[in-house]
Amino acid sequence: MVPTSYYMILSGILFTIGVLGVLVKRNPIVIFMCIELMLNAANIAFVALGRHFAQVNGQMYVIFALAVAAAEVSVGLGIIVSIFRTRESINVDEMNLMKF
Amino acid sequence: MGNALCRAARGTCSAYIPGYLNAMPSAPILVFFILAAVAVISALMVVTNVNPVRSALSLVVTFLSVALLYITLSAHFIAAVQIIVYAGAIMVLFLFVIMLLNLGAPAEAEPKNKAQSRAALALSAVFLTALALAPLVTFSTDAKSEAAIKNLGTVSTIGASLYNPALPWLFPFEATSILLLVAVVGAIVLAKRRI
Repeated sequence: MVPTSYYMILSGILFTIGVLGVLVKRNPIVIFMCIELMLNAANIAFVALGRHFAQVNGQMYVIFALAVAAAEVSVGLGIIVSIFRTRESINVDEMNLMKF
Repeated sequence: MGNALCRAARGTCSAYIPGYLNAMPSAPILVFFILAAVAVISALMVVTNVNPVRSALSLVVTFLSVALLYITLSAHFIAAVQIIVYAGAIMVLFLFVIMLLNLGAPAEAEPKNKAQSRAALALSAVFLTALALAPLVTFSTDAKSEAAIKNLGTVSTIGASLYNPALPWLFPFEATSILLLVAVVGAIVLAKRRI
């Protein structure tokens, strides 16, 4: 059986790549993809720890994380579409309407 | 902190001896490393690609390898749901929006924000340092037997836990349906020009 720590390290690496993408990219759609990457990394950790303790709780959390991710993507892409309608561009550096 | 967490959760934490030092890689380990390599490389391609469509396609590869990793964790139902929801529905939504907004072409040379890139690299270095320290903490070695985890991810186990009123998952499940309804209404309100 593969040790749980291997899965945790993989989860950490994927999470780091997601954080890097969110910080570096300017296209909000790619930023969304990196957020999905981070959610997936968290899900791997949940499932691996659930297996480690032989409990089904980890997989329950993954199901709810999936549902939240689906809702988040639909609303987020709706926001991106409506921003594109009004500004003809979706560069995140130009979105400063709500900036203090 | 990790040690304390581990002790609180499962008893003793022994010193970490990497498994690859004292054991020949068995087939499950090899499969894990192949899948992990595919997942990490395609995740890096998501970040490094200039073209959003290629990023999305790399993300599909990541999702599929993560689904296969769930199978190696004996979470079969989660693996199926991962393919259907992530690699199916969510990625179709991404590609649809990319092509609807005509963002397929790579962006023209944009002025790089040097300070932001540097901050991002510094933060990633912090995360990776935390990762490098992670092997110092190991989990209790009394891993559960294969028999205990064999049926953990089947549809019947998941369903029996999800719909059992004695367990705390039934109310969140119902709340999820309201969340999805709100998301549907919100997406329509946002994307519609005039209501």
